[in-house]
Amino acid sequence: MIEGKSRVASLDAEHELNVEEPSGIQPPVEQAGTGRRMTLNMGPQHPSTHGVLRVVLELDGETIIKARPEIGYLHTGIEKEFEVKKYQQGVTLTDRVDYLASLSNNLCYALAVEKLLGLEIPPKAQWMRVLLCELTRVASHLVWLGTHAMDVGAMTVYFYTFREREEILKIFEMFSGQRMMTSYIRIGGLALEPPRGWEEVVAKVIGRLHTGIDEYQGLLASNPIWVNRTKGIGMLPPEVMMELGVTGPMLRAAGVKMDARKEYPHTSYEKFDFEIPTRQENDVYARFEVRMDEMRQSVRIVKQALEGMPSGAWQADAPHVVLPDREKMKTQMESLIYHFKIVTEGFRVPEGSVYQVVESPRGELAYYVVSNGTANPHRVFMRTPSFGNLQSLGAMLEGILLSDAIPVMASMDFVLGDTDR
Amino acid sequence: MLPEAVAQDPIAISIEQLAPGAIVEASAAADGPVLGIARGEIVSVCRVLKDTAGFERLSAITAVDWWPREPRFEVIYFIHSLRHNARVRLRVRLAEGQEVESVCSAWRGANWYEREVFDLFGITFRNHPNLERIMMPADWEGYPLRKDYPVHGYKYSYQDE
Repeated sequence: MIEGKSRVASLDAEHELNVEEPSGIQPPVEQAGTGRRMTLNMGPQHPSTHGVLRVVLELDGETIIKARPEIGYLHTGIEKEFEVKKYQQGVTLTDRVDYLASLSNNLCYALAVEKLLGLEIPPKAQWMRVLLCELTRVASHLVWLGTHAMDVGAMTVYFYTFREREEILKIFEMFSGQRMMTSYIRIGGLALEPPRGWEEVVAKVIGRLHTGIDEYQGLLASNPIWVNRTKGIGMLPPEVMMELGVTGPMLRAAGVKMDARKEYPHTSYEKFDFEIPTRQENDVYARFEVRMDEMRQSVRIVKQALEGMPSGAWQADAPHVVLPDREKMKTQMESLIYHFKIVTEGFRVPEGSVYQVVESPRGELAYYVVSNGTANPHRVFMRTPSFGNLQSLGAMLEGILLSDAIPVMASMDFVLGDTDR
Repeated sequence: MLPEAVAQDPIAISIEQLAPGAIVEASAAADGPVLGIARGEIVSVCRVLKDTAGFERLSAITAVDWWPREPRFEVIYFIHSLRHNARVRLRVRLAEGQEVESVCSAWRGANWYEREVFDLFGITFRNHPNLERIMMPADWEGYPLRKDYPVHGYKYSYQDE
């Protein structure tokens, strides 16, 4: 029951209706814009905030007037932890930053440190890195699709996408023994030799994904409820988004062709033939289409990587950085000494700093590694895409209905581990 | 006068023309030059980069603590031009207690990045729209990413606060 006074738009501006007194006037139908202001806390615990994100909403009826996101609930001080670990120990920290795209973070850190060290990575390791990063992109987009659809109400999609993702996680387990936090991309190459028979398994999963992606898009794109709920919302002009720090599929759905894989050649991406999908409509539906197309492009890249995989070493030739082969370590004295030194003291990285950019499934991911000549990094700063994307949440949620805010937040595809580190 | 290392760099030259004297030092890093900017000139340099040189995007802002070396802090700005596919790194050296102007007037996206630097390093940004803590709780004392702050904090457990 509404207490106190309330302004009713149909009356004169001077007349305030005191609802405690019966007045005989029929109350008008509540429309958006005529209700009362309310501050609602979409708290850190919420099934649709995709993690521990707090959004303080000022509502006028169902319309959001102001939205203020608050982050920091998952801040674990990873950047500080880097400074007390050796460089190679830091790789396991990077997995946990963006836990849905761990290999992308591994790759960025490894590339940054390799630049500082001046290491040259053999082609086989580079192609394997591309293959695994693209599989990570597909896995991450599958999670996004499942959770996004579930937020809007289409719960079936979640089951299908997670079943597909299960196959990709099985591939990761085959390579590294771990499903999610693989730490498979290490400084100097890969962690372990690729297992026997991996080509057949990856080829089978790719074949299944090829038809699967079309099926999932068909499930949603032909559904009038989905189209009506996602078209026309969540639009900000691309210049504003770029200024606010948004990157990745959100910018591409606004027509800006920005992708670090094409602009910043790293780990042999320039040898692969793929496109950057963009759309012009800049709404939630466009972001959905962009990410589905990105999945198709990733499948295309993985196919090319499978067909053209070079043979050879999967680790750089740098005995003071890369752990020696296990059997050699057990039989040769020099390898044993290297192994001991690397594990206990680590390797010293020459002084310098580097800002390495890669394209994570969420946008532009960059690591700024500063070295002071010792075996511990002096500073590692992670420019994570979700931090920049979330900065635009306040502007993007202004003026839309609360029930539209949920698809908009889901289309942003942020991960709180990425944001808060 | 431009420092030796960037005397031929087109970006440095255009900055020097419109904001003379701002670049006080330059060094080479593994992926391009790093321009050291005087503390009071950072906003004019950023405006030059955004409006004239076509650097539409600010990638990130962070800080590095070189304690006990003086000047202690370095605030680093990573700027990206999409249309020229170029990146520039700016560095401002600060001693403890010195403030620097916020670049939110050039790119609105600097907001959260400067809040994070304030939260974790204690560097104050003048004219920032809402300079408050972003990662740590609002009533936290101390600046965790400083080198004299212990890795595991000062207390073992905050449960009985």
